[in-house]
Amino acid sequence: MDNDNQLADNKKDNKKPADPTKAAERTYGAGYKLIGKNYETPDLYAKVTGNAKYAEDFRAEGMLFCKLLLSPMPHARVKRIDAKAALAMPGVKAILTADDLPAPADTLTDNGTVIKASKWGERGLTMEPVYQGEPVLAVAAVDELTAAEAIEKIEIDFEPLPFVIDPLETLRPGGPNPRTDGNVWTRPAAAGSSSGSPPSPGTPAVTELKWTKADFEEEKHGRLPMGKSPDEWTYGDLDSGFKNAALVLDETFVTPDTSHQTLETRSALAYWQNGKVYIYTGTQSTAQTLPAIARWLNISPDNIVFISEYTGGGFGSKITGGVTMIIPALLAKKTNAPVMMRISREEETFIGRARPSFQGRMKVGFSKEGRITALDMFVICDNGPYDAVGDAPSSGRIVSLLYQPQAMRWRGLTVLTNTPPRSAQSSPGGLQGIVIIEPIIAKAARKLGVDQVAIRRINCPEGKAPLGPVLQGKRQYATSAFLKEALDRGAEQFKWNERVARTPKRIGTKVRGVGVSLSCYAGGTIGFDGLLVIKPDGRITFQSGIGNLGTESVIDVHRAGAEVLGVPWEKCNVVWGNTSRGLPFTCVSGGSQTTHAMTRAAYATAMAAKQKLQEIAAKKLGGKPEQYVVANERVFRKGGGTGMTLAQAAKHAIELGGIYDGHEAPADVHKLTKASVAALAGQGLVVAAKDNYPRDGSTYSYVASFAEIEVDVETGMYHVVDFLASADVGTVIHPRALGGQVLGRSTLGIGHAIGQKWVFDPRYGEMLSKRFYQSKPPTILDVPVDMQWTALDIPDPETPVGARGVGEPPVGGGCASILNALSDALGDEIFQRAPVNADTILTSLEAGRPMQHPLMAHI
Amino acid sequence: MAERVSSKAMQDVQEEGVLKAVSRRDFIKGVISSGVAVSSAGYLFRASSILHGQQLAAGVGERLITLNVNGQQRRVDVMKQETLAWTLRYKLGLTGTKLGCDRAECGSCSVLIDDIPHYSCSVLTHTVRGRKVLTIEGLAAEDGTLHPVQQGVIDEQGFQCAFCMPGFIMTAVGFLKTNPNPTRRELAHGVSGNLCRCQDYDKILTALMRGAENMRRSSLG
Repeated sequence: MDNDNQLADNKKDNKKPADPTKAAERTYGAGYKLIGKNYETPDLYAKVTGNAKYAEDFRAEGMLFCKLLLSPMPHARVKRIDAKAALAMPGVKAILTADDLPAPADTLTDNGTVIKASKWGERGLTMEPVYQGEPVLAVAAVDELTAAEAIEKIEIDFEPLPFVIDPLETLRPGGPNPRTDGNVWTRPAAAGSSSGSPPSPGTPAVTELKWTKADFEEEKHGRLPMGKSPDEWTYGDLDSGFKNAALVLDETFVTPDTSHQTLETRSALAYWQNGKVYIYTGTQSTAQTLPAIARWLNISPDNIVFISEYTGGGFGSKITGGVTMIIPALLAKKTNAPVMMRISREEETFIGRARPSFQGRMKVGFSKEGRITALDMFVICDNGPYDAVGDAPSSGRIVSLLYQPQAMRWRGLTVLTNTPPRSAQSSPGGLQGIVIIEPIIAKAARKLGVDQVAIRRINCPEGKAPLGPVLQGKRQYATSAFLKEALDRGAEQFKWNERVARTPKRIGTKVRGVGVSLSCYAGGTIGFDGLLVIKPDGRITFQSGIGNLGTESVIDVHRAGAEVLGVPWEKCNVVWGNTSRGLPFTCVSGGSQTTHAMTRAAYATAMAAKQKLQEIAAKKLGGKPEQYVVANERVFRKGGGTGMTLAQAAKHAIELGGIYDGHEAPADVHKLTKASVAALAGQGLVVAAKDNYPRDGSTYSYVASFAEIEVDVETGMYHVVDFLASADVGTVIHPRALGGQVLGRSTLGIGHAIGQKWVFDPRYGEMLSKRFYQSKPPTILDVPVDMQWTALDIPDPETPVGARGVGEPPVGGGCASILNALSDALGDEIFQRAPVNADTILTSLEAGRPMQHPLMAHI
Repeated sequence: MAERVSSKAMQDVQEEGVLKAVSRRDFIKGVISSGVAVSSAGYLFRASSILHGQQLAAGVGERLITLNVNGQQRRVDVMKQETLAWTLRYKLGLTGTKLGCDRAECGSCSVLIDDIPHYSCSVLTHTVRGRKVLTIEGLAAEDGTLHPVQQGVIDEQGFQCAFCMPGFIMTAVGFLKTNPNPTRRELAHGVSGNLCRCQDYDKILTALMRGAENMRRSSLG
């Protein structure tokens, strides 16, 4: 999708006058000093000078390298390993197999519940590989070459086992199972759920499920068979919804698997000192990776130092790093030397996680105005071989919130296959659900003669919109939704009506199409801790447990704390990326939680700091705490008069000790926060606080996405001409970082429309799309040269700063707006799966109907 | 496993003439240690019955050469088949140059060689003797003043995770040396050999355009 043809006519690009409708030129943060303002983040200088250290940039004296032996088969049992020749090589130090791994640890939750380690869980190395490319063993040697050669000298026998790469194949009567004991993840409801408490799902288990021959009859008609599904929920009267519908559409749609393809692979360095392991690797969530490592290594968190100052991309694949990081850690212990595990791009393709594909089917009833009267959704999620991903259930919740069907049933299966492990990827389940429903909405609008924006406007959520199934007699609801406003603003700025009215649509072989999509995802959690220190020099250090992915939430959320305290940003430091430096209990940076959760924690901590400053002033200067105010880097008596600087207050805090300088921590903060408070004790006024603010509803963020594409019907090639995302994500904290997220995540979604997918050889279960060029993420030439975004900047009413998360919400809309623009240009009979490539367009245009296989996975 | 893929793979490579000037052993050693897709070379390893009975140790086959990197003469032991990216990262301590794909797909390893952007993962170190290599670490002035393109990135908060940033900046600097006043589209073409998986292209382009503007201004002033 090269834009070469436009090169000539865009010479004037950089001479355009400033466009006041462009988000970057909008003013945010009215009434604030820091919130809503752009600033230079403190991690940027190291990045531009090449001094920012990612995991593979660290070196340690005497560092060994390790290499992995990967399974050549999608499912096999290792019968014999003979490593004598390898271990006899000069420079080879040790071998690590699954036998050397610690027993999987049970999890002790914060409320004291023990969750038993899953026997189906992933451990890093295995004697029964369940996907091609799964690490079987590792060798450490003096250099990478020697380690790689040692791997070659290992004699290893595999016994091939039955495998499956297409979820439908394992559901067939007599179909092979991907795991020896089953093919489907089920969550049996826990006993006693009929009592007052909400039904807690039981421990997920792998069981066997086969459909009948009769179930598969539908397949002959190119429609997804819908046999028994372990998960199901319904609300409203589905039957009468369909009965009263003016139009009913029943469509099958397949979405792609897409690897996360983080540019930084999950390389890791580890060494041991004084009984503590030091691990360097990329993560999305610094503080939360510590307990994950403790679980994987089965050791106490006290004995782990985790360093991750810069992470080269995550998108859900590094929420708590990767389990493979324990391999260099264990080899380092065995060899008593630092071990670097450099993961190559191809290894990353196997172990680096991916979004699961869906084979989905949806029957939707519409009133003549386009309102959804009933929606029946059925999805099969290709889970890969390991732990259950949540995409299938998530897709149902998102669809129910985003289009507010009057009645809805959701059914889903999470099916195991012998394909590389999946994990959450930006908008897990959200993208798939949106991509299944949006082409149906677009088709319905055309059939009903309703405008594409109008049909979304009458279905989209507003205010405390309900979502998901009925639980305990009622449905959950969102904290807020201003999606109608976002849709209206987007339509206006995109000049939707003008574009729709423009004729002719076709000039020569080029056809233009416009598409719009709604999009949303969860936008925040609650209940985490913040931690700051006011130092005797008057500076404030914010302790940040957030991972540094470059979204800048690791820094941005603390601007809210500085804003509350009224301290200039120049007087603030942020500490991040090293668990030995005292980090608070922080949310995982996944599911767009961070900006919401951690601005709340930052706000709570700043408010607690104010309170402590008032108490210190009252103790030292007399009177009551409430007679003092904090402003201008001072705490002083209301109406002027006696007071002290923050620097003086910090010195007094140290004199006072106890709860003022960190020798005591608040009772309600997490144990990890307490340990960090203790580590920082005596450094100044040490303040930890938990976010105890109430919240009425579940937090979601929303985006309306608009795209115009141009297709060459002679070649099937198309490109995105214009794109705009209009975001309802609460208060804007950092406009440039927000813009990066809104457009960056939109483009991640666009990749699902224009070309990314997995391809497998079905006969041998061999992956064929192993490199970037075989499943190419969008390049800078695949997107418009001047993408647009805007944000409403309406505070969410259920959170102190009003900010919600943004990472996931734009993704589904990025993909679906392109698909809808394609069907606007080419009609409804071109594709029934994503991505849509040139060959799909050409062959389908010629045949007048979709020419790809309607159901087969990974083609 | 060792025999799963026959040594035919190696013969194919030989027949294509890749091994003309070097022994098979050196070639494999080079491919492995150069970081050119260790695992994608995995099929070679698995076919490497030819390696049996041979013992390789670190340092074999290296020779001392002098490189001009960031304006300094650097003496370094390199293997015949060592790539520049490997030399920079593992021999010279210049880890700002990133390996993202090992195989000329992502551009994270881009450096300037005589002012021209190159993927250093796909350049053999011995071929750059006598040429000027510039990496991200050598871009700022000695007094710490940032290069105008680096400053542009700071001004506009360009890039997210920034793993691709050194490659993008070096490519942009090379492009701007010969195209000092590009349009957004022209500059996008100039850096289109670089991949950003955060897909932060719009902000990157804005930052690099700002860098171009800074460059023009600094050369005027």
